[in-house]
Amino acid sequence: MPTMNVIQAVNDALRVAMRQDPDVVVLGEDVGRFGGVFRATQGLYDEFGADRVIDTPLAEGGIVGTAVGMALYGLRPVSEIQFADFIFPAFDQIVNEVAKYRYRSGGQYACPLVIRAPYGGGIRGGHYHSQSPEAHFIHTAGLKVVVPSNPHDAKGLLLASIRDPDPVIFFEPKRVYRAAKGEVPEGDYVEPLGKARVTRPGTQATVIAWGAMWHEADQAAREAAAEGLDCEVIDLRSLQPLDLDALVQSVSRTGRAIVVHEAPRTCGFGAELSALLQERCFLHLEAPVRRVTGFDTPFPYTLENEYLPRAPRILQAIREVVSY
Amino acid sequence: MRREHEVSPVARHPRLAEVDQPGFFLREFPLQTVLRDDGTADPAEVPLADADLVMLYRWMVLNRALDERMITLQRQGRIGFYIGSIGEEATIFGTAAGVETRDWIFPCYREHGAALLRGLPLVTYLCDLFGNARDVMKGRQMPCHEAWRPGRFASISSPIATQIPHAVGAAWAARLKGDDMVALAYFGDGATSAHDFHTGLNFAALRKIPVIFACRNNGWAISVPRERQTAAETLAQKALAYGMHGERVDGNDLLAVLNATRRARARAAAGEGPTLLECVTYRLEGHSTSDDPRAYRPADLVETWKRKDPLLRMRRFLLRRGALDEAADAKLRDEVREELQRALREAEAFPPKPPLETLFEDVYAEPLRQQREQLRELEAAVAADPRVGNPRHAGT
Repeated sequence: MPTMNVIQAVNDALRVAMRQDPDVVVLGEDVGRFGGVFRATQGLYDEFGADRVIDTPLAEGGIVGTAVGMALYGLRPVSEIQFADFIFPAFDQIVNEVAKYRYRSGGQYACPLVIRAPYGGGIRGGHYHSQSPEAHFIHTAGLKVVVPSNPHDAKGLLLASIRDPDPVIFFEPKRVYRAAKGEVPEGDYVEPLGKARVTRPGTQATVIAWGAMWHEADQAAREAAAEGLDCEVIDLRSLQPLDLDALVQSVSRTGRAIVVHEAPRTCGFGAELSALLQERCFLHLEAPVRRVTGFDTPFPYTLENEYLPRAPRILQAIREVVSY
Repeated sequence: MRREHEVSPVARHPRLAEVDQPGFFLREFPLQTVLRDDGTADPAEVPLADADLVMLYRWMVLNRALDERMITLQRQGRIGFYIGSIGEEATIFGTAAGVETRDWIFPCYREHGAALLRGLPLVTYLCDLFGNARDVMKGRQMPCHEAWRPGRFASISSPIATQIPHAVGAAWAARLKGDDMVALAYFGDGATSAHDFHTGLNFAALRKIPVIFACRNNGWAISVPRERQTAAETLAQKALAYGMHGERVDGNDLLAVLNATRRARARAAAGEGPTLLECVTYRLEGHSTSDDPRAYRPADLVETWKRKDPLLRMRRFLLRRGALDEAADAKLRDEVREELQRALREAEAFPPKPPLETLFEDVYAEPLRQQREQLRELEAAVAADPRVGNPRHAGT
């Protein structure tokens, strides 16, 4: 099995999907000849041509709006938004068109498309190359939201997303685009949407994370183990649909939960998970559900490592929650 | 000696010296008309056989009667809202009849006539307005937001201009699949200020995508007149900046609109790219039933346009041509009235609400866990207290 990083796995998934299905097209800024600013579409233009690997004008609303028409007509477009921070010009298209098309037409039309976007901080990107806007999209009924943490899942989840009958927002953890390496099966395989993965079994607390923050959670759990604190770590992978059973099962057992995300705390997805866990695990809880998150500020430049919920802050939370 | 950047564009290009002169673009994009005031037309410009011309006239009559009746129904409280197309029928039927039935239509929200022409049954349309148990949209959208897939009539949303890039994407997809399909996108004059207009036209022109951008310039974006929407003299001239063909056509002239649409379709299908077609018409009524144009629009302006009513002009033409006589016209109007009455009786007989479970269907291809759970929650609430869902028992 070849070893790949996340960006290579994404590239491989796109190639596999495009070889298998002539209806799959890729569109976005710089995705054609250049192969994308992160190289996610490298080589696709040469193999599939300018009609299927489409360099678009610089307009995110057009990248998504055009993909809507393509999807309605029967293509499987994969739109790339160069950074998740730039997705907002397309927000109306995503929230009012993509998400509602099936519903508002009474199921006459469907809009199966994927919007890929590198997200997250820790790359010295400041306000506009660092944000984690997943909560906006999870809050919009009609969208699925997927965030892989590693190359194996990036490929399998992206292939599943491209074939999914519903629109999928696919956030890629750009901080670990090249740092996260692992074995990736060749050819075709899918990881089903809506399935979390327990990456580390444990008994005293459940740490829930996704994307780049899974690596921080895992690191914190290792350090906690050295102190004799036994944590379970869950990589959520798919935020919508949510694998609520996996979370309830784990937290009912450990009695303690810590949710980690980069996005600001208020109305972040951690708030929803916290509410769900207190609704479903109330009698099992030994401590309040704890959120370790970004702060309620715009994403900072110089103090980004203080802002990010990295392993040391997660470890402190583990200690406090276990001894609550 | 002046440096290059100080040389005015006028000095570089003599014709551009006229650009600033009032009337330049009105002359460059002349209003194309076929139907003359006396009811005659150049025979070479008459695009259809008499029977087809009468058929389209009948559609315009039906559409007018429908709009008038629905405005009354809204005032009676029988439907919640209505957006009509009174005065704009020639623009709508001329464009819709000028494309092929395999072409997709991406509507704004005044083109229900195009859906009817494509086979949307009148009863089905009326059920959509009632939002009742037979509504194809399952009661989810307010009136005049229909979709009709069998007629390749896309779904309508209220945000302005969002359908324009959809039309571009669908036409791109068709070209990729090797289909002879030209997308027809409708929008109003206000939409030309929206970002989706810009991105859609730019992308389409760049790749020569087969789309007809049909602008229903009805003079008003709710209360804002066309003159306060853009400093450009015409909307058609905006095509120039995109490197696209643009035309300005008399939108109250069914034949002129139909001819222009056919030309645009031929150009698109031949790979010569999209067309921006400005149809100059007039919104004779309010923006919607929620609007009272007396607050912002002088009545004499409307009277001027009523004399250019597209139905009157088409009728005069058909009478003069002998394709229709007074008796046949009266009969046609009686038939339309009866057809409407019959459809209305049928539509109003269906149960007023779709079943509860439809609230949670079609959000996704299959309901997710939370939709299933929330349906059970709502069913239990309704079972426990039938006042749930009754607006008379709201808090306000």
